[in-house]
Amino acid sequence: MAGGAASGGSATTDTYKEARNWLLLPAWVYLGAFVLIPVIMMLIYSFLTKEFRGGIIWDFSLAAYGQFFFDRGLFGDEPAKIEWTYITIFWRSIWQAAVATLLALAIGFPTAYFIATRPQKARPMWVFLITIPYWVNLLIRTVSMKFMLRDTGPLNDFLMGTGLINDPITIINTNFAVQLGLFYSYLPFMVLPIYACVERYNFSLSEAAADLYASKWVTLRRILLPAVKPGVIAGCILVFVPSMGSFLAPDLLGGAKNFMIGSLIEEQFKGNAGNWPFGAAASMVLLSMVLIILMVFARQQARAEKEAS
Amino acid sequence: MRPLMRRFMHQSQTDIKTLPGFYTVTLLCLVILYAPLLVVTVYSLNDSTSITNWEGVSFRWYVDVFTGPESQKFKIAAWNSFTIAIAAATIAATIATLAATAMVRGGKFKLRTVSLGLISLPLMVPEIVLAVATLIFFNAIDFTRGYATILIAHIAFCIPFAYLPISARMQGIDDSYEQAAQDLYATKRQAFTRILLPMMIPGIISGYLLAFIVSLDDFIITNFVKAAGVETLPTAIFGSVKQGIKPNIMAISTMLLGVSILLVTISYFVSKTDSKK
Repeated sequence: MAGGAASGGSATTDTYKEARNWLLLPAWVYLGAFVLIPVIMMLIYSFLTKEFRGGIIWDFSLAAYGQFFFDRGLFGDEPAKIEWTYITIFWRSIWQAAVATLLALAIGFPTAYFIATRPQKARPMWVFLITIPYWVNLLIRTVSMKFMLRDTGPLNDFLMGTGLINDPITIINTNFAVQLGLFYSYLPFMVLPIYACVERYNFSLSEAAADLYASKWVTLRRILLPAVKPGVIAGCILVFVPSMGSFLAPDLLGGAKNFMIGSLIEEQFKGNAGNWPFGAAASMVLLSMVLIILMVFARQQARAEKEAS
Repeated sequence: MRPLMRRFMHQSQTDIKTLPGFYTVTLLCLVILYAPLLVVTVYSLNDSTSITNWEGVSFRWYVDVFTGPESQKFKIAAWNSFTIAIAAATIAATIATLAATAMVRGGKFKLRTVSLGLISLPLMVPEIVLAVATLIFFNAIDFTRGYATILIAHIAFCIPFAYLPISARMQGIDDSYEQAAQDLYATKRQAFTRILLPMMIPGIISGYLLAFIVSLDDFIITNFVKAAGVETLPTAIFGSVKQGIKPNIMAISTMLLGVSILLVTISYFVSKTDSKK
């Protein structure tokens, strides 16, 4: 969603160029003070020493990062072994986000394609229908999902009603419930960028392929898919990135066993763990990963644009 | 022959575009997106103290939200939520309008990319990371957590949501109107306030409403920067849900989702009004 408006530049003029610094000043000051500086402070905190009962001591230390990756025993004096607990949580976050992304792609791609091939006038309405759920409170949507998936919930009632299953299946508090929750949370993000790409796609290319006796599926795979790849990648990123750092879906749908990195971070600040430098370090690990993904993507988009022009 | 040919081509084009099964998947997608919301709405009308058994339609849980044992808590939470959303959206839309003017009507300049990055920063940083950073920031400067910290944090992440529709609208407005005004001896300030700003109103309303919804809906950042005892609707709902989903929570959730859908619908239709009048 950000890409469309952000990349625009064709309609820019310089009517107010003398005033532009003053016009931008409030945004700079505000976002600088309350977003950029806080992120920098979080980076600093991740290198500080923790105080018991939650808090920090201003002493430089790599302990927070060390704790994330290595286990040095209860008193920190044993030789370092690799600490798998947090790496496992991190890996689970990636895995859950990846499955959710694939589910979203499987449903989102056909939907985006279908909408993009509607008559021009009907498309905005379809897009609007897809967007509405995104604007509904994520907490409420996750609670709805929890309600749906319960053992005695509507989904089980429905499945038993159709005779597909005889006994209710347990979905809640499993990894699958979290995957479904993430998929449901961010599905609109998959549809929108793919839709934008398919809409711009020149269907005479498909026609040319059909004239040369390519089947519909071959045309889809060999002609359309490479052309709309940027949209597919953008959709995958828009689902994957928020899924990975998600807190609500694992917390409400996954139960205690299906911890993800969001829950791990939350626990350091709101829960019992109370280790702020460690929470800051875990946040930094998550943030670095997200920024790397975004940077690789931006590079690739820039290259694709260059090739196109 | 021409129309016939075009018709023929059009036919073949729609044919090549249609893929079997895609319509079904689209319907499935809509069912997935809407079914949980519909189910909660329907069950909020359930005349039963249990959320499992259906005992007929009633509005008792809506009445309970306003008069029941938890009503005081919800009233305060709703007051906090709405006042914060109004203030955050107003300030964010103002900052975003000024910034959009510089970005869209300020020519090319060195800091343009950096500024765009800064404005979209709250969208790129994962929400939980932004929550951690904001909490650490307030803690480091010894700022007591409460209503003010929630508001300050909300304004920050509302700015990009207000900025997107506002800048998109401005890009759609031809600058010849402002040029014409200046040719007729309007100052730049007049061209801005008398010509551009009135034409921008649909975009600003749209941005304002999106910022409002995003603020109203936020849970994660609010949960981090709030003080114990200061609740907004989402944090109050979360607190209740932790002990199990209760029918009154379904009623309050339905009302909140109704507000969001109403506002986003208004935003949609306002932003669609013709920008080329």
